[in-house]
Amino acid sequence: MGFVAPELGPALAEIVLATGICVVMLADLFLSQRLRGVTLLLSLATLTVAAWFAGAVDGTTLTFSGSYIADPLAKILKMFTLLIVGVVFVYSNAYLRERNLLKGEYYLLGLFATLGMLVMISAHNLITMYLGLELMSLALYAMVAFDRDSPVAAESAMKYFVLGAIASGVLLYGMSLLYGITGSLQLDEIAAALAAGDTQRPAVLLATTFVLVGVAFKFGAVPFHNWVPDVYHGAPTSVTLFIGTAPKLAAFAMLTRLLHTGLGPEALAWQPMLTTLAVLSLVLGNVVAIAQTNIKRMLAYSTIAHVGFILLGFAAGTAEGRQAALFYTIIYSIMAAGAFGIVILMSRRGFESDELDDFRGLNQRSPWFAAMMLLVMVSMIGIPPFAGFFAKLNVLAAMVGANQTGLAVIAVLFSVIGAFYYLRVIRLMYFDEPVERTPLVAGMDVRLLLSVNALGVLLLGLFANPLLKLCAVAIG
Amino acid sequence: MGLLSTLIWLPILGGAVVLAVGDRDSRPDRWLALLFSLGTFALSLALYTDFDFATPGMQFIERAAWIPQFNIQYFLGVDGISTPLILLTTFLTPMIIVAGWTVIKKRPAQYMAAFLILEGLMIGVFAALDAMLFYVFWEAMLLPMFIIIGIWGGERRIYATLKFFLYTFLGSVLMLVALIYMYLESGSFSILRFQEMPLGLNEQIWIFIAFLIAFAVKVPMWPVHTWLPDAHVEAPTGGSVILAAVLLKMGGYGFIRFSLPITPDASASLDGLMIALSLIAIVYIGFVALVQQDMKKLIAYSSIAHMGFVTLGFFVAWAILRNGGSQDTAAGITLGITGGMVQMISHGLISGALFLCVGVMYDRMHSRQIADYGGVINVMPKFAALMVFFALANAGLPGTSGFVGEFFVILASYQASFWYAFLAATTLILGAAYTLWMVKRVIFGDIVNDNVKTLSDMNGREGFLLVILALSVLALGVYPAPLVDMMTPAIENLISHITQSKL
Repeated sequence: MGFVAPELGPALAEIVLATGICVVMLADLFLSQRLRGVTLLLSLATLTVAAWFAGAVDGTTLTFSGSYIADPLAKILKMFTLLIVGVVFVYSNAYLRERNLLKGEYYLLGLFATLGMLVMISAHNLITMYLGLELMSLALYAMVAFDRDSPVAAESAMKYFVLGAIASGVLLYGMSLLYGITGSLQLDEIAAALAAGDTQRPAVLLATTFVLVGVAFKFGAVPFHNWVPDVYHGAPTSVTLFIGTAPKLAAFAMLTRLLHTGLGPEALAWQPMLTTLAVLSLVLGNVVAIAQTNIKRMLAYSTIAHVGFILLGFAAGTAEGRQAALFYTIIYSIMAAGAFGIVILMSRRGFESDELDDFRGLNQRSPWFAAMMLLVMVSMIGIPPFAGFFAKLNVLAAMVGANQTGLAVIAVLFSVIGAFYYLRVIRLMYFDEPVERTPLVAGMDVRLLLSVNALGVLLLGLFANPLLKLCAVAIG
Repeated sequence: MGLLSTLIWLPILGGAVVLAVGDRDSRPDRWLALLFSLGTFALSLALYTDFDFATPGMQFIERAAWIPQFNIQYFLGVDGISTPLILLTTFLTPMIIVAGWTVIKKRPAQYMAAFLILEGLMIGVFAALDAMLFYVFWEAMLLPMFIIIGIWGGERRIYATLKFFLYTFLGSVLMLVALIYMYLESGSFSILRFQEMPLGLNEQIWIFIAFLIAFAVKVPMWPVHTWLPDAHVEAPTGGSVILAAVLLKMGGYGFIRFSLPITPDASASLDGLMIALSLIAIVYIGFVALVQQDMKKLIAYSSIAHMGFVTLGFFVAWAILRNGGSQDTAAGITLGITGGMVQMISHGLISGALFLCVGVMYDRMHSRQIADYGGVINVMPKFAALMVFFALANAGLPGTSGFVGEFFVILASYQASFWYAFLAATTLILGAAYTLWMVKRVIFGDIVNDNVKTLSDMNGREGFLLVILALSVLALGVYPAPLVDMMTPAIENLISHITQSKL
């Protein structure tokens, strides 16, 4: 087999991002603290150019000896990942500055994690997937520990690291089994070998289970969810914002590439497992979220519940189901960005406003932001015409279409339970008297972006069709 | 933009404008809210004047693709069943705005905006012919109502509003699954298509149960009625009026638009259950109303009992059909359904008026307890006259609209079974008992409470609202023909659907 020069065109987004990271790193070294804003601008510029290249890819190309794929799914996931990372960077700026955390490293680590996500999204080979995953995870571990004087953050980072390392190990073990069984690292060849059927069943099942566990950990599905509340709670809010949004898109890519592309022929083996994880996540996420008093922890459990919905759509096993899961993931990351955006806005210098009680009477302090939070919360409940409703509708339709009406009923019943804790936030903001009366302060950029973000949740609901169409194209 | 779209979006736009203007000293929010709601009402009159009384089908149709991925359409249209309900909504909203004019001190702009947005959404529910569009309006409506009760309600408002939201949300999510199921079977969310599609008995029963939970909570039927007294008691006056007058009607509307025509065979096999629940609501809840100490609670229970007539009127159809044979069958079914519909409109006006009356007294005394009043007639003679009038209408006095619906339904249920009619007719005694006993204790007698002595009679604003409502109740009672004529073709069309088995 001779050496074939890889086609670089489809990977330009990653290449631009990697180059941009070097530029940002070097530039940041020579910037004084006062000019730290330039780092942000450079990072945003990098993301924009990368997004432009990611969007310019057409059709489906395999390159780097079949270990890298550029297809419509990768395109849509990359665009949204880059967009959301940009939004997160803007939201984080003021928060970091007020806590003397505004260092170039935040953006650098964020960009590295983003690069990892892009690699995961385009992975078509077990090693590429693992490489991307580790690049993302290591950057995220470091980000959680970013506030080095905070013992809580250090503890969370430690937990995240240890659990994450175990999950990576499990995943890697599954991958090695797969390689041993099929003799290939490339996803389509693995699928072909599995479909041919002359494989050892117990070993395949074991490999499937291990891969599934690795994916479930990254999503934070029950029973591999223990890190989620602690990390969300312990990390600086700007990092929680980062972890809670874009990595979900990468995790979705991992789910689709590994389980559908690679282990597609084993669907009958992983579907029941995934369904079980999904239902457990729905139940535990929604029920435990009710008991939370801290908004970050509450949102962490709400994430687990939403992940349940995403996995249910995926586990339906149909193209509609995967479309629904993709749509849900995108909508969820937008909603989560909005929700954490408000949480970040609530906290001020030396004071983390991340208790639910801090939302008391927000409507009297800042009616506009209260309304924005209201939109996001209502969308998370799944009330039409907000985007969250159409995400749920999509998944439910896929489930009923796959003859899982019983599961669909369970899913809607638990979303009623889930409604309670979102309503509690609305209740605190609107029905209770404020403890203090100062309005929230925010720069024009954050104000504007947050409004666009929250109103986007409404608009993506009222005009859901374009995004639905994109998802349909992406899944094919 | 078509008339129905205008009716839906004008108030919602108005709500946004009022929110944007906010609270100012010159009270522009109230004037703007009044302007938008009166504008909507004026436009909605065209629904009556341009209505084609001869067609049984849908009118004022608007149809456009909304979400082609799921074949969800922006599909609006009304017939003789939904038009009166839309008119009721547009008629009452300006009144609520006026009723809250000076009473609402806390963030009035948000209050007015919430009611305007709610109005648009409610009209949307009645006008939607695409099931998903219907569901979108149906659910979206929960939010303004949640906020109305939660911000401007009484002491236990948070408990009441959460209970209201979760009950209704729980009811409707199962309907969502049923709608999705029918979409996958029929390839469309069109309600008209659902009415035509064939469904097996087993499927029908499941779908019927999903609808039943959604609509029974909304009506509300016994035993899922417990949210209503709480919500009514805690809601501000305007909220109670809209809740009683329009929101409850959505349950009845749902039965008539979805359950009856889409699942006729399931309705036929479960009609015994429905009739039993309706009769329990009429008789048992009537007794419950009798012992209430709180005026709003009493009216709330009386609403449940009156709504029992609506569901009874709809579901005696099959019992009449089974008794069948005589040529009166069709007439009997028509009578029952027409009675239910008239009862919905009439109850909307009467219970709305009664809640306004309680609001008038509450604004002066800050008490809803019957025991705190007595002898109000001595200090508020004009008000007392109107309140007694509405109380009599509530008890079903001939000549008022309250009589027409109940009479129709009792006549129809007599064709089904003597005992149905007998039990339903107990309301003539029970309704009179609890309403008049309350009136006796509140309005008549000697003044025992010193606070009552200081009451001033209603002002022009309050009097204006109550007189208009009294005139409508009277007009509908003496001459219900325009309303009945409007409904008849649509109801006959409905009957052709429900008498034809889908099996």
